[in-house]
Amino acid sequence: MNCIIIDDEAAARTIVSHLCSQVDDLDVIEEFPNAISAMKFLNKNDIDLIFLDLHMPDFSGFDFIETLKNPPKIVLTTSDKNFAIEAFGYDCIVDYLLKPITFPRFLKSVQKAQKEKIVPRISAAPAAPVVKESTSLVEKELYVNIDRRLVKILFEDIYLIEAKGDYILIKTEKKNYTVHSTLKKIVEKLPDALFLKVHRSYIINFKKIIDIEDNSVLIAKNVIPISRSNRPELMRRLNLL
Amino acid sequence: MEQPNLSYINDLAAGDESFKNKLIAVVKDELPVEIEIYHSNMNSSAFAKAAENVHKLKHKLGILGLVDGYETAIAYEEELKLGKSSLKTEFDSILVACNHFINDF
Repeated sequence: MNCIIIDDEAAARTIVSHLCSQVDDLDVIEEFPNAISAMKFLNKNDIDLIFLDLHMPDFSGFDFIETLKNPPKIVLTTSDKNFAIEAFGYDCIVDYLLKPITFPRFLKSVQKAQKEKIVPRISAAPAAPVVKESTSLVEKELYVNIDRRLVKILFEDIYLIEAKGDYILIKTEKKNYTVHSTLKKIVEKLPDALFLKVHRSYIINFKKIIDIEDNSVLIAKNVIPISRSNRPELMRRLNLL
Repeated sequence: MEQPNLSYINDLAAGDESFKNKLIAVVKDELPVEIEIYHSNMNSSAFAKAAENVHKLKHKLGILGLVDGYETAIAYEEELKLGKSSLKTEFDSILVACNHFINDF
C-alpha cells in the first residue's frame, strides 16, 4: 500500500513516517503540512491510504475529506477523542488513532486498512435549490457593521467570503472586511445569481472564478476547496461547452 | 510533580538512535515556537486560539511521556474553549518543565 501523511505538526509527521517504515508493504509517498497541498497532489496521484490529522489550521480533516471525489482509505490521527462518532460516519475512514500513537495501535490500524474495502456511500442527488430572485433584482449592495459604522460593499466587488469562527471575512478587490456574522446569515442577503456556497467555510462570487480544477476553484489568488456536496450545484451553474 | 521523560520516544525508537535524535530535534524546534504562540494568545486573552495551541501542545506533552500533563492539557483546552483559564498556572509550569528538559539535549 502507498500512503501519504497530512499533519501540520512536524513531530507528528516524523512519528507516523517512522511507524510506516516499520510495516512491510507500506510506503510513504509524500508528507504534507497542510490539506491544500495534499489536494493538489491527490488530483494527480492515486493513493491507497491517508494518515490525516483532524485538527489543522484553516482546514480540518473533515473539511478535507469533503473535498475528495473518490476518497481513499483514511486513518485519522488526532489528540481529540470527541470526534470518533462523527468520524465513523464516513465510509472512507477506517480507523481513528489517538496521539501520541504507539506502534501496536498503529499496526492494528494498518491491518484494518489492508482488510477494509471501501463501499461508496449511496446518497440521493441533491435537490436543485430554489433560487431566490428578490435580492438580486432589488439590491446591488450590502451594508455591514464595522466599528459602529455601516459600510457599503457592492456585491459585484466581492469575490470571496470566508468563515472565520464567529466572524466572516469578506474579500473584495479593493479591501477585506472582517464582520461579526456567519455564512448562514450572509448567504440570505446575497443574490443567488452571483454567489454560491462551495464549501462550509466559503462562499464565492460565481463571476470571479478564474478556473476550476477538480475539487478546487481559483478565485483571485485564492485556491478554494469545493466540497463533494456542493460540487453538483457548481457544475450545474457553469456554462459548459 | 511529574517530569518529562523519554519513555514514549524510547519505545517508539526501539533502539533506533537516528530516529530518536531526529524526533528530539523536531520537538526541540517546534515546542518553543508553539509555547510562544500560546503565551502570545493568552496575553491578548484570545482563549479560543489558545485552546487550539494547547491542543497541539498536548501532543508534545504525550511525546515527552507526561501522562498527567496530557490530562491537564485536555481539561485546560476544554476550559479555554469556555473562556476560563483556572488551570493556566499548572499548565504553564508543565511547559516550563518541558522546555528545560528539551533544552538539555
